[in-house]
Amino acid sequence: MTELINQPIPTTPPRSQWRDIWDQFKSHRGALLGGIVFLMIVLAVFIGPWFWPYDATFIDIRARNQGPSWAHPLGTDQLGRDMLARMMAGGQTSVSVGITAMLLALILGSLIGVMAGYFRKLDNLLMRTTDLFLALPLLPLLLVMVLLFREPLNAAFGPETGIFILIVTAIGITSWMPTARIVRGDVLALKEREFVLAARSIGTTNTRMITRHILPNVMSPIMVSATLGIANAIITESALSFLGLGFPPDFPTWGRLLFDAVDYMQQYPERVLWPGLAISLTVLSVNYLGDGLRDALDPRIRGR
Amino acid sequence: MLTFTIRRLVLAVPTLLFISLVIFMLLQLAPGDPMAQVPLTVPPEVKEKMREALGLGAPVHIQFFKWLVQFFWVEPQVLIDHIFGTTFSEGQLRVLSWQTRSPVMDIVVQRLPQTLWVVGMSYVLGVMIALPIGIYSAYRQYSAFDQIGTFVSMVGFSVPTFFTGVLLIVVFSVNLGWFPSIYDTTHKVTDWDSFIVQLRQMIMPVSVLALYNAAQISRFMRASMLDNLNQDYVRTARAKGLGEKTVVLVHVLRNSMIPVVTVIALGVPQVFGGAIITEQVFKVNGLGQLLITSIEANDLPMVQTLTFIFALLIVVFNLIADILYGILDPRIRYD
Repeated sequence: MTELINQPIPTTPPRSQWRDIWDQFKSHRGALLGGIVFLMIVLAVFIGPWFWPYDATFIDIRARNQGPSWAHPLGTDQLGRDMLARMMAGGQTSVSVGITAMLLALILGSLIGVMAGYFRKLDNLLMRTTDLFLALPLLPLLLVMVLLFREPLNAAFGPETGIFILIVTAIGITSWMPTARIVRGDVLALKEREFVLAARSIGTTNTRMITRHILPNVMSPIMVSATLGIANAIITESALSFLGLGFPPDFPTWGRLLFDAVDYMQQYPERVLWPGLAISLTVLSVNYLGDGLRDALDPRIRGR
Repeated sequence: MLTFTIRRLVLAVPTLLFISLVIFMLLQLAPGDPMAQVPLTVPPEVKEKMREALGLGAPVHIQFFKWLVQFFWVEPQVLIDHIFGTTFSEGQLRVLSWQTRSPVMDIVVQRLPQTLWVVGMSYVLGVMIALPIGIYSAYRQYSAFDQIGTFVSMVGFSVPTFFTGVLLIVVFSVNLGWFPSIYDTTHKVTDWDSFIVQLRQMIMPVSVLALYNAAQISRFMRASMLDNLNQDYVRTARAKGLGEKTVVLVHVLRNSMIPVVTVIALGVPQVFGGAIITEQVFKVNGLGQLLITSIEANDLPMVQTLTFIFALLIVVFNLIADILYGILDPRIRYD
């Protein structure tokens, strides 16, 4: 006993895994900046409207087509609606669509990936389904889906909620495949590890095994695909809105604002600029965030 | 290798059938009525006859089967007739567009050159830009060139094509007036001057798509080069006194091209899909624009055929990528 106590005590407390990840993440300057920028954008679009006196749908026809001024820093549109307020409202929709669609794709992808990797019987069937989905032409199908289901959903949930549900579902069920593939690969490798064997030998059930042992270990690829999923969903939603098949005109999103601005491109080019910049900056920051997360969560790179 | 190819080809048939079924069933749910444009003065029984003339009276599985026969049996015959001047397809019903009442494939063939010119050119250009950038930025990892290259490719990858396209139009068409903002597809290249006009109208759409493609491919190229640069065989090649140029451009490059070539092959169908947006921005009346207009006009046979052509491209290029991988990399054995 005394010998043990006499041993030199480690002076620094043990470092947790998340601490290591945070340190690695911090050292990736682009990722840190990307994270901060994304956070700022999210805060700006969600908290900004509380402090901004104009409503995104308030029409002041006398003040239409104004340039930038102190009252309207980004000017007003062809109906005199304040562009800054519209940008914030559009950002709310774009960011929420991005995050919700990403969550949906992530849940679907992880579920299918874990199932395929863990249960050998399901593997073949689920992976063939994944391959099949990967062979579908996604953008045309998205367009077709939006066209087909817009009216029934509008009737059921109202125009705004209906189109939101439609677009989120459409993006979600067409973008889960990469996550499923990555998760399945990791689960297949994890299943052969000793700790899984140990857990099984003390009688862990399948459900507990997946939630307690498998899922925490595949969190890192899931988080990386989460960030990339947000970027993908925001771009897809904007593309749909830009093609005129997304949200209705009185319910702005960044893509829709860009689409509306194209008609006035010759007279007011700055109206094209702001929504485009907002989309690009958001996607860029999220992509950098994902890049940094991938480095930080990979234990082989960490500590180098 | 041959057995693998044959097996994959056989497997592709049910995949394609299933995809066409999925698209068909999805379109069956369409709420629109092709008779909606017909004047109200037309009596209902005439409308019913018109509906049957469009093939809408038959049950769903018969409609699907008819489409399959028309697409896989009649259309190839039309192609053979067209090439050899034979008359196999005479009197057989082809896939007809509801919008124009003309065969869908004829319209597709009319639209194909525009898409191929713009999209194909931009893809080739994108690959040609991407490869040197990827190679050099991997060779000088963390140098200024690499940092800038990574940033530019990140930007090119993140900025959607509908924004870069519109931005280019604002700058170069509206403000500077250098290039036309609308792609004129009726323009014929006959002499030098008309060639210059064609070049000027192609610059913007091609560069928008090329930037986007180059960004993705250069990232792959860089990653693949980095994987190979630290391998043992590179040290061996240097140790036996080969020049730096030979080591990088022959030994490393050939090995790192294996995954990149498959990525390039896999990207081709996606480019066709992504070009839908660019075509819409620059008003190129190619396949993408055809799809959008037919979706808006509820022209189901057209949508069905076009979507299926996109799916066909994906399946075919997946197959090509797999086969290329097997040919290029002797370590891969599909047995």
